[in-house]
Amino acid sequence: MKDPIIQLKDLTKQYGAVKAVDGLNLDINKGEIFGLLGPNGAGKTTTILMMLGLTDPTSGTAFVCGHNATSKPILVKKKVGYMPDSVGFYDNMTALENLVYIGRLNGVPENELKKRSAEVLEIVGLAADQHKKTSAFSRGMKQRLGLADVLIKKPDVIILDEPTLGIDPTGVRDFLALIKQLSRQQGLTVLLSSHHLHHVQQVCDRVGIFVSGRLLAQGDISALSDQLFGTDSHVTSIRLAQPVSQPWQLEPELQAWEAITQISIHENELEFTSRRDITAALVRFLVEKGYDVIGVNQKNYGLDDIYQKYFESNSTKNTSYEKSIS
Amino acid sequence: MKSQSPDPGPFGVMVHKEIADHIRSWRFSILIALIVLTFIAAMYVSLANIKSAIGNTKDPDHLFLYLKLLTTTDNSIPPFHVFLSFLAPLLGISLGFDAVNSEQNSGTLTRLMAQPIYRDNLLLAKFVSALVIVSGLFFALALLMIGGGLVLTGVRMEPQELLRILGFIVITIAYVAFWLSLSIMLSILFKQAATSALTAIGIWLFFTIFYQIIINLIVKSSLPDPAYLTQAEIIRYNDLILNLQRVAPNQLYSDAVTTLLMPSVRSLGPVTMEQMAGAIPAPLPFKESVMIVWPQVSGLMASTVGCFALAYYLFMRREIRS
Repeated sequence: MKDPIIQLKDLTKQYGAVKAVDGLNLDINKGEIFGLLGPNGAGKTTTILMMLGLTDPTSGTAFVCGHNATSKPILVKKKVGYMPDSVGFYDNMTALENLVYIGRLNGVPENELKKRSAEVLEIVGLAADQHKKTSAFSRGMKQRLGLADVLIKKPDVIILDEPTLGIDPTGVRDFLALIKQLSRQQGLTVLLSSHHLHHVQQVCDRVGIFVSGRLLAQGDISALSDQLFGTDSHVTSIRLAQPVSQPWQLEPELQAWEAITQISIHENELEFTSRRDITAALVRFLVEKGYDVIGVNQKNYGLDDIYQKYFESNSTKNTSYEKSIS
Repeated sequence: MKSQSPDPGPFGVMVHKEIADHIRSWRFSILIALIVLTFIAAMYVSLANIKSAIGNTKDPDHLFLYLKLLTTTDNSIPPFHVFLSFLAPLLGISLGFDAVNSEQNSGTLTRLMAQPIYRDNLLLAKFVSALVIVSGLFFALALLMIGGGLVLTGVRMEPQELLRILGFIVITIAYVAFWLSLSIMLSILFKQAATSALTAIGIWLFFTIFYQIIINLIVKSSLPDPAYLTQAEIIRYNDLILNLQRVAPNQLYSDAVTTLLMPSVRSLGPVTMEQMAGAIPAPLPFKESVMIVWPQVSGLMASTVGCFALAYYLFMRREIRS
């Protein structure tokens, strides 16, 4: 079932000489949870703003729910609920008043407003605090109220910008579980951006890695790891009691194994990159040859490594384009 | 039961919320208190002197009791309309200086802009809600004054007086509207509410105090000595100076309200002897006074619209981030 509800085509945004978003192509299907993963200043927020028509792209188009976000932002915003990364509320109003105000702005009929706001407050678990002023709210409560805010308009798509920022671990787990549950129950499409890969890993069906304005890879976690490391995604490192001599007389013999693609030796550390999992065979082989194996470590590539691989190459770049405060 | 009122739409909802915010704010209560106090003080002084003002038969306006109530003073304090030329800018500035940047700083602007509303509706809602409140305030004051005057003196009111007082109120509202749109524009321009407030107050001080001094300096240093000029030239220079002064909105305002509240004012510039010949010092009809102040009123409106248009331009294509 391929039914892209968000289509970005060659989306580019330039700030002076810096390309915040560079030729982004992305399709997000109806009903899926997509995670936009990237470090600070990668252009995630800019991309989201362009999807909502809050910023004009330098070139390219963003179609959301079948409307061009740049020329028809109102139609898009009727269907899309957006929660900004630092969501703010009117401090002099209570949670319920804040919510009702947003409901009214979305044209929710007056007679339905009360019922619907009670409903969404129940969903996000703020029913008991609805008459508190939002100035007294904690970050986690604000985040949940932000979600209620998004839900009251009954959107087709929810866009969450750094929803897990600044909440404690339990709060994060609950929040993500809530998002997942909502998406599954109501068939909502969710796009969430984060620089926290574990959060993204927990809930997302698909992940896009976004660095310096470009989408480097996308797909589910296993597809991503394949895309990145090819099929040679098994690495076994073995530590021996004594350093091996250089050149090592066993190396040609091991090279002959068809599964092994690469061997690297560093004193007493041996690292084998292989097509299959050959850890057990390697250990048996070394023990038979009389080596004292004191440590075996099997590496599986997870999001961590994927993340690391991409971000390491970018960490040396200047970070002049941070979140623009201006 | 719910009334069958039509759906107010997002604009109506925003105006409603903004008005509620203003009314609940301390800032607005303080300003109302200030203006009401000024009003009471001015009324008190003018009531104390009203008898001599009405009895002064040399003044062609002496029979306009209600206009006299607004303008009479024993010079201990300035009359209400002069007070207003200072206070009205303060009112406009204080209602608008943080209109947009405070929302941006608290992160509510992004949330608001993610709703299906037009951006210009937000600006317009800010502007209209403040104006509704200010209009309510001034009309209430004017009607209170008229009612109080009727009760205290029992003198019948001329229709002309009512029109003039309403005209005075409308011009005052237009004057506040100018400062309001200026301060909303500054609130878009500057990220910090304090910066925009200071800038607006700076502009206000510049026009009330320094502008005239600067004009005088320029005139004294660059214009020839009047002793060597013909009368026609002097009048020409005089016109030039007056026109320069009229760049300042407070000059426009005081010209306009003085003419409306003092029916015998015939011209805002110098008048030659030929023009004066045959003129009887008598009050002008309302329509004529309006004709005299029309350029001032349209000047005020034009600067208000100009500021608003600039605000609109700045806001429409701006990127909204928190």
